[in-house]
Amino acid sequence: MTPPSLSAALRRWPLLRPATALLATAAVTAALLALGGHHPGAVFATLIRGAFGTWDRFLSGTLLRATPLLLTGLAVAVAFRARVLNIGAEGQLHAGALAGVAVAVLLPGATGLVLLPATLLAAALAGALWAAVPAAMKTAMGVGEVITTLLMNFVALYLAQFLVQGPLQEARGVFNQTDEIPAAAHLPPLFPGTRLHLGFLIGLGLAFALWLYLTRTPGGFRMRAVGASVRAAEVSGRFRALPVIWMTFLASGIVAGLAGWIQVAGVTRRMYEGLSPGWGYTAIAVALLARLHPLWVIPAAILFGALSAGGGAMQREAGVPEVWVRGIEALVILAVLAVDQTARARADGGGRD
Amino acid sequence: MIEIAALSSFLLSAVGLAVPIALAALGEMVSERAGVINIGLEGSVIWGALGGALGALAAGPWAGLGTGALCGGATALLFALFAVRLDTDQIITGTAITLGSLGFTGVVFQGRFGATGLALELPTVPVWEIPLLAGLPVLGPALFEQAATAWVALLLAPALGWFLFRTRWGLALRAAGESTVAARAAGERVVRIRILAAVFGGCLAGLAGAHLSLVHTGTFAEGMSAGKGFIAIAVVVLGRWRPWGVLAAALFFGCAEALQFALQAVDADLPYPLFLALPYVLSLAALAGWFGRSRAPAALGGASGG
Repeated sequence: MTPPSLSAALRRWPLLRPATALLATAAVTAALLALGGHHPGAVFATLIRGAFGTWDRFLSGTLLRATPLLLTGLAVAVAFRARVLNIGAEGQLHAGALAGVAVAVLLPGATGLVLLPATLLAAALAGALWAAVPAAMKTAMGVGEVITTLLMNFVALYLAQFLVQGPLQEARGVFNQTDEIPAAAHLPPLFPGTRLHLGFLIGLGLAFALWLYLTRTPGGFRMRAVGASVRAAEVSGRFRALPVIWMTFLASGIVAGLAGWIQVAGVTRRMYEGLSPGWGYTAIAVALLARLHPLWVIPAAILFGALSAGGGAMQREAGVPEVWVRGIEALVILAVLAVDQTARARADGGGRD
Repeated sequence: MIEIAALSSFLLSAVGLAVPIALAALGEMVSERAGVINIGLEGSVIWGALGGALGALAAGPWAGLGTGALCGGATALLFALFAVRLDTDQIITGTAITLGSLGFTGVVFQGRFGATGLALELPTVPVWEIPLLAGLPVLGPALFEQAATAWVALLLAPALGWFLFRTRWGLALRAAGESTVAARAAGERVVRIRILAAVFGGCLAGLAGAHLSLVHTGTFAEGMSAGKGFIAIAVVVLGRWRPWGVLAAALFFGCAEALQFALQAVDADLPYPLFLALPYVLSLAALAGWFGRSRAPAALGGASGG
């Protein structure tokens, strides 16, 4: 089906794979845009200008929008590395945002020195708690995490809905949102005059930390070993997989929980229904494009942030509906999957029926 | 008398809300029985809603139900070509299908009707009021004042039960969901079975979407599937992968949704989102075995060897 030279090349140079996938996505997108009566070249140019055209667009648009994707992307990448299919980043993100807001609103007089660590800790714990339910069900009862993490997303969404129109609703009682968090809990902007905030640096730091952990520590080795094969890890590595799976769930939940609170503390300043447009799901695309490598999650998240920021410009300046971006994100995932399968097909020697 | 009227209208709305969930969930049940978990079901639902709307505008509401089902099936076919034929990860592929469908239905909708947000008025599928029976107290309207899609869901449950557990093809389908190795050794074509099962599920999800646009609302709005496809996946779990169980679970989700609307109308201060969360919590409890043994098909989500 595919020329052997292509699959051999993809196998030899793994970095070619995301590049090939992105090229394929661009080609399919261009074809679809043309089909929709748009001029692909002009649309791409507008999109790129919208995302990278000025420093402000890059910092306050692209990087700002990349921040929640960077964090949730890391959460997904770490989990998938150990083959824990956590598709519950969306719910863990909401849990983290709620916990952070609750602490910030309940400790109004506290200084930043207390409030920043307290809220971050609360968000991390809430994310971990949300991941602990599927973790317990997987490790103690053998229930697959895909469905349980998905179900937990909905529980979190409705819990958020309940809290912002009930116990945590703003004092005015007009809108379904919380009160604004105290200024001491804000994540400060990185550069004066831009909207990019400290959360982006936290994301970068976590990416490096997770990369170091995965590649330089025994714990990270065990995670990757479990991801490769639970049985092989237990037999040859002589360690138990269950604690590693627990660790993975918790780490993933912590990072996703932080993503939610960091978005509130850095951007929205309050919690409301529909805080996330589905970052927890887009994160799967980000992690996959990064080949589950924490450091590569950074450019992958920036790329998706650029798509998101550029999408707005695309709509304003080229009259192309912003919803295209969601479609393009999906094409990226499908292209990555197809390219990976192309590379693998030959590696298997074509011995399957 | 007022209470009975209120109860009667609550049940009517609960059954109506349960129909799309039941259709999508019965489809997903067949797909999962064959070992394919289709997280892209939400995509089939939204394409079904849009395809149904376009079909209804072109050739009337009945044709709309057909085009909706076809669009849902086509979406599932794309999913299956990747997840079964190419053997890509089912979960990741399904996520992409859902994301892409939500995006591209918006693109098509805005391309066809503009981004003005003007409400589209669609010809709707008529409600069949069965004479006499619909006049029965309490349950009459709920059971006998529904559109054809409700009857499809109701008749599908026994039909699928017979197909899955009483026919050779049903056995082959379940074998593909329990062990691809054993099924293949018995001479079954696992890849073909799985693709067909997924497409069948997609058609039903598409019909569910068409129900949303052509029965429930009479319009199309971007993202109007509103998680119905994901709910269907929970319903399959709660229904323990059995047709009547799935139907009952769908009804339960329908009741929770109707209760939310009813409570909102009575007293806005009631914590109705918690009622919406309840079915999900119960689904988790069902998975944890609180209501007896509940086991997913053994090869669910696994490679097809395509």
